[in-house]
Amino acid sequence: MLKNDRPWFHGFKIFTFVWMIFVIIGSIKVAPEATGFVSTSRVVFFHVPVAWVAVLAFLVSAVFSIRYLRKKQMEDDIWASSSAALGFLFAILATVTGSMWAKHEWGSYWNWDPRETSIVILLLIYAAYFALRSAIDSQETKAQLSAVYSILAFVTVPFLIFVVPRVIFTLHPQNPIFTNEPKQRMTPSIRWVFFASLFGFTLVYYWILRLKVDIERIKQRMTEMEDKS
Amino acid sequence: MTSRSTLLHKAWYVFQKDLHQEFRTRYAINAIFLFAVTTLIVVSFSIGPAGLSAQVLSPLLWIIIFFSAMSGLSHIFVREEEQQTSDTLRLVAPANAIFLGKWLFNAVLLIGLEILIVPLYLIFMNLEVKNPGGFAAIILLGSLGVSTVATIIAAIISRASARGALFAVLSFPITLPILVSAIHGTGMAIAGRPMVEMMGDYQILFAFLVVIFTASVLLFEFIWII
Repeated sequence: MLKNDRPWFHGFKIFTFVWMIFVIIGSIKVAPEATGFVSTSRVVFFHVPVAWVAVLAFLVSAVFSIRYLRKKQMEDDIWASSSAALGFLFAILATVTGSMWAKHEWGSYWNWDPRETSIVILLLIYAAYFALRSAIDSQETKAQLSAVYSILAFVTVPFLIFVVPRVIFTLHPQNPIFTNEPKQRMTPSIRWVFFASLFGFTLVYYWILRLKVDIERIKQRMTEMEDKS
Repeated sequence: MTSRSTLLHKAWYVFQKDLHQEFRTRYAINAIFLFAVTTLIVVSFSIGPAGLSAQVLSPLLWIIIFFSAMSGLSHIFVREEEQQTSDTLRLVAPANAIFLGKWLFNAVLLIGLEILIVPLYLIFMNLEVKNPGGFAAIILLGSLGVSTVATIIAAIISRASARGALFAVLSFPITLPILVSAIHGTGMAIAGRPMVEMMGDYQILFAFLVVIFTASVLLFEFIWII
């Protein structure tokens, strides 16, 4: 029943799989090394998309939280919490890949760069969100309170992105895509692979999100059946 | 016009009720003041003679303020749940009035604490503030923000178990923009920089206060009435 209602999803899975293979090949074979860096610059094809997905998952979670507060459908809570769980995973991936790159280029795994600070805050918010969920027994209360917290946290994030870099000096590469400096600009092939990777990781995110939502739905249905019997 | 005035009136009644209740037991006042004084003494005892710069002293002050707030400000809603008075409160006042009243109580408590703790800190640390006006303004704005976040998070955690640990965990990420700007601004005020240089910090603190206060008022109804 869960599978048959969306036959296009099979096509989507195959498409994502093939697309990601091309992204991986492209990032290693097609894109040239960035000037001034050794091969480490290739981390941009994985680190940035993963960080992008972490923020996107957070946005999706906040949108479904707002929907939950408006309509009070448990379905929306499943989407919000599943997306938050994925966001947590991708935020960890972004932290680890960034930290490894920082060790190579800046000489240390961690130096409280503003971007590092904001990803840590994102991790803390996700962790707090799940700590809150695990501390409440009733399903409705859990859904409602975590939705409120998710929105509150989402209101805070823009301040973190604008405030922290203003106060602390950053070494993190700033915006190499839209910059006007010709030297810092991405070359066309790097740019193509970069955007392909961004798109690919977004598809992967959607794929895992659907899986996670299905699992949560089945779990919920099982608890409902247990309650009845 | 009349509806607004009754809202504010009811908020004022909620505030007075909490004030009376607080002075009956003095739970929150004891917790927050003793915690702050203890932390202050620990900090000044361990690093006092070192003669640290403003860059270190201003974060320490805000760490003391933040954790003191975390030690006592959740009591305002936890008390209602523990004594099972929240249902009665739901009947007698609208959600907005309750939030405003409770927020006012927490803000007054935190600012009252700072009136005691900040001069003590300056004395213990042998610290001279070169721009006292800017210093006071940044502490006032920062603590209004902290008490807003603390009030809304207190309302959330009063419904959960393991409240004490959750309160700080949930509050910290949301308080962080306040802490970053307040620490930065306080350091500048201690060093005696002119107001113009601190304008950015004031703007961020004020903007964040407005945003988080509005969001809290809008969202409180969803926490309070489930």
